[in-house]
Amino acid sequence: MRHLMNPLDFSVEELEKLFDLANKIEADPAKYAHICDGKKMATCFYEPSTRTRLSFEAAMLNLGGQVLGFSDAASSSAAKGESVSDTIRIISCYADICAMRHPKEGAPMVAASRSGIPVINAGDGGHQHPTQTLTDLLTIRSLKGKLGGFTIGLCGDLKFGRTVHSLINALIRYPEIRFIFISPEELKVPDYITDMLTEKGIPYEEVIRLEDCMPQLDLLYMTRVQKERFFNEEDYVRLKDFYILDKVKLSAAKEDMLILHPLPRVNEISVEVDDDPRAVYFKQAQYGVYVRMALILTLLNLA
Amino acid sequence: MLNVGKIEEGFVLDHIEAGKSLDIYHHLKLDKLDCTVAIIKNARSNKMGKKDILKVECDINTLNLDILAFIDHNITVNVIKDGEIVDKKELVLPREIHNVIKCKNPRCITSIEQELPHIFVLADEEKEIYRCKYCEEKAGTSSTW
Repeated sequence: MRHLMNPLDFSVEELEKLFDLANKIEADPAKYAHICDGKKMATCFYEPSTRTRLSFEAAMLNLGGQVLGFSDAASSSAAKGESVSDTIRIISCYADICAMRHPKEGAPMVAASRSGIPVINAGDGGHQHPTQTLTDLLTIRSLKGKLGGFTIGLCGDLKFGRTVHSLINALIRYPEIRFIFISPEELKVPDYITDMLTEKGIPYEEVIRLEDCMPQLDLLYMTRVQKERFFNEEDYVRLKDFYILDKVKLSAAKEDMLILHPLPRVNEISVEVDDDPRAVYFKQAQYGVYVRMALILTLLNLA
Repeated sequence: MLNVGKIEEGFVLDHIEAGKSLDIYHHLKLDKLDCTVAIIKNARSNKMGKKDILKVECDINTLNLDILAFIDHNITVNVIKDGEIVDKKELVLPREIHNVIKCKNPRCITSIEQELPHIFVLADEEKEIYRCKYCEEKAGTSSTW
């Protein structure tokens, strides 16, 4: 039985298969509408995350399956003090697959080790969020036609942003990737990542302003400055408006550059950019459903 | 110079970094054993200047070499029989260590899940970096139990 804990759990070849399947689903969703008839997915969300939960639920419903679960710890048996290990043993009796989000890092891994059904890590604290990374990769691959051979700018909170760290780790497996990290000094990408890139001989640059690199980018990955990662309100307020993408900044970008964002957006992308054909973050959310559908089929051995 | 006699049967841990012998004594749970233990601190050493030595009169199998290797794999382990060195154990960094160090990350599942073993995995052999199996927090020997 297979689980998904980390985006690197799948080899590059396995990801190719997964993405091919996601693209087939995209091309002909009706063909897959009943593959999971009679199957159930448990969405165990120990902290609220409406988008991710609904994306999983939509994926399962699109496949003909059903969903059950809870959307915050207060409405689960965790409020009574039940361990993750016990909860997943129970859930294994009720469902065929489980997507788990938990504020504690490593909780889905503990669940997977005790589970009788495949477990998907739907985000564990600041640690991993593998289905977001799969979504990002599928979006890039589908819209650029390849993974590799481009310069990607990552902008915003590069210190605490787990989606950024996971994406970097996933992209370095592909050839000719060049990174440009765009962030304020306070939110720079951690040293262990730049050390790792240096060690592997992967080119990267660190710049302070979006304008400093815009014309070079094939992809721009914007991130939110997340309030919950700060211990202090003042720091958050001071930094959150640092990097706002607007039409003026975008005018220096390549015609075929893609703008991605894991969402939700606060104000780091001006709404005036939404209608630009380079803005693909809403399409990205749609790819998130396709990749989760492909993942559910793969983990249930129905692919 | 202070002389500590030979042991007949047991093991000698040599080349311990000066000042570390008591830590090792506790980590190996030697305080729980009912046998003779000599702790020699700040012995003269050509190689290290100063070193600590532990002499323990008990079966080598009671010694957790993984813990010792994790703490300092440069320690020499001499197995003694009939007062003579009969074997030298090489310490290699263990792939995984269980319940030797505690994860210090307050966001780690080990901070709330009862009876979950604290497992650290060797992530970088060259740099001797261990990471928590669950949250991947980097470990230091300072976080030992």
